[in-house]
Amino acid sequence: MSFKKLSEITAISEDKKIPFWQVILEDDMKERGVTREESMKTMGSMLDTITEADAKYDESIRSASGMAGGDGGKIETFRMKGNSLIDGFILEVIEKAVKMGESNACMKRIVAMPTAGSCGVIPAVLLTYIKHKNVERERIIEALYVAGGIGEVIATSASISGAEGGCQAEIGSAGAMAAGALAYLEGGGNEEIVHAAALTLKNMLGLTCDPVAGLVEVPCIKRNAAGAVNAVVYSQMAMAGVRSAIEPDEVIDSMNRIGRLLPSCLKETGQEGLAITKSAEKITERLSMSWQ
Amino acid sequence: MNLFDIIGPVMVGPSSSHTAGAVKIGYVARRLLGEKVVSADIGLYGSFLATGKGHGTDAALVAGILGMKMDDDNIPNSLKIAKEKGIKVRFGKADIKDAHPNSVEIKLVGENGRQLSIVGESVGGSLINIAKIDGLDANFSGDFPTLIVHNQDQPGHVAEVTGMLAEKSVNIATMQLYRANRGGNAVMVIECDQEVPEKYLEWLKNLDGVNKVTYYSLIEEGKNEF
Ligand code: SF4
Repeated sequence: MSFKKLSEITAISEDKKIPFWQVILEDDMKERGVTREESMKTMGSMLDTITEADAKYDESIRSASGMAGGDGGKIETFRMKGNSLIDGFILEVIEKAVKMGESNACMKRIVAMPTAGSCGVIPAVLLTYIKHKNVERERIIEALYVAGGIGEVIATSASISGAEGGCQAEIGSAGAMAAGALAYLEGGGNEEIVHAAALTLKNMLGLTCDPVAGLVEVPCIKRNAAGAVNAVVYSQMAMAGVRSAIEPDEVIDSMNRIGRLLPSCLKETGQEGLAITKSAEKITERLSMSWQ
Repeated sequence: MNLFDIIGPVMVGPSSSHTAGAVKIGYVARRLLGEKVVSADIGLYGSFLATGKGHGTDAALVAGILGMKMDDDNIPNSLKIAKEKGIKVRFGKADIKDAHPNSVEIKLVGENGRQLSIVGESVGGSLINIAKIDGLDANFSGDFPTLIVHNQDQPGHVAEVTGMLAEKSVNIATMQLYRANRGGNAVMVIECDQEVPEKYLEWLKNLDGVNKVTYYSLIEEGKNEF
């Protein structure tokens, strides 16, 4: 994986006169020694897996802890009633993000993108887009390359692990990746893609990772909705011509520094934040298990 | 790390370290044993012990021991499947100290009586490290074909093994040497870029001073224990 900066990707794109996604595709071909078809087939299978995971959502199941499950179904019912405040697209993004997060907590098959905790963000945006827009499968796959390229840069120059960088690194990264993908689908070029990502990330900087009982459930599942909606909001802003005042690569650098500065008690250790509240303690106690 | 570590992997949730990584540790243990498992003694440590139940770490480890991969729909049912197959599974607290926070000690007995014990660590994402095999240090990821040679700590063995690998055009990715005490039991752990030919494994097994050869192949159905 060779990209440390978004500007490296856009420079190659301009140089070779190929789109952002193709730079990532060609890099993958080189890196793993695969053909264009092989790489795109693998990416296509990721799209198939998230499509299937969304379709198989089951609102009746609960996670082993009993904390997670059913909320995606509630949102769907609410959306179907048709008298919600926000429009169908956004509400469906929210619904799909929560559904995928719940499926993950309930031991269903998902795609970690970039992580299991944040697995609902990108699918929520892309699958809702497919449903509402007349878009070819090819273009969705291309959008996944865009997301992957942004994720690679963040992983290399900052982090995509909550234990290392807090939740900005998981839900934040997923949001930035989804925003870039969405900007591309809406016809954006390099400029819109990187600024959509930067604007989204800026609004997730400093987010803590403080999951209750150490499980990828609370606050993770509902936070997927925030990441996905953020991606919609800021990709739209980017398409409107709004630009991040801070260079996109500098936003990623900031995220890296903030991640390091965040105390470890807020990085997946369960020692602070939501994880030590009274409510969390009750849940943790109930869960304290005995290995037979 | 490649593109499909970012858009991927496909896995059964909820946690890449506590679920997907755990499946992989169980899977590598099963492959290293090289025969059907009849009993598994699983000792959990650190965060695996504290949060494993909620993450399905127990089911994940057993799924791997049954030969499942991290994207298998049947992972949540693995404990039931093991029971149906009459495999004895016992969970407890690992008897290890100062280990990686996500560690597990797995002791397996196979249908022909073969035994294996490993200490596996889930080190982030779904990446793992096999830290010990049969009580001796190891350290390998399960991402490469891996040759593990238990031998007497005598001069010449390392040169013999690496010389033969070179002759077979097998490139060494990483190599580590450990020993319990001078002149006692030693172990070589060699991660390779290519698969090691079976003939060579046979030759190695019969070499003087070699006690045991274990091979972890990336080829699915390969015979892997000698
Ligand atoms: S709170 Fe922590 S575990 Fe949950 S999604 Fe965020 S980074 Fe992942």
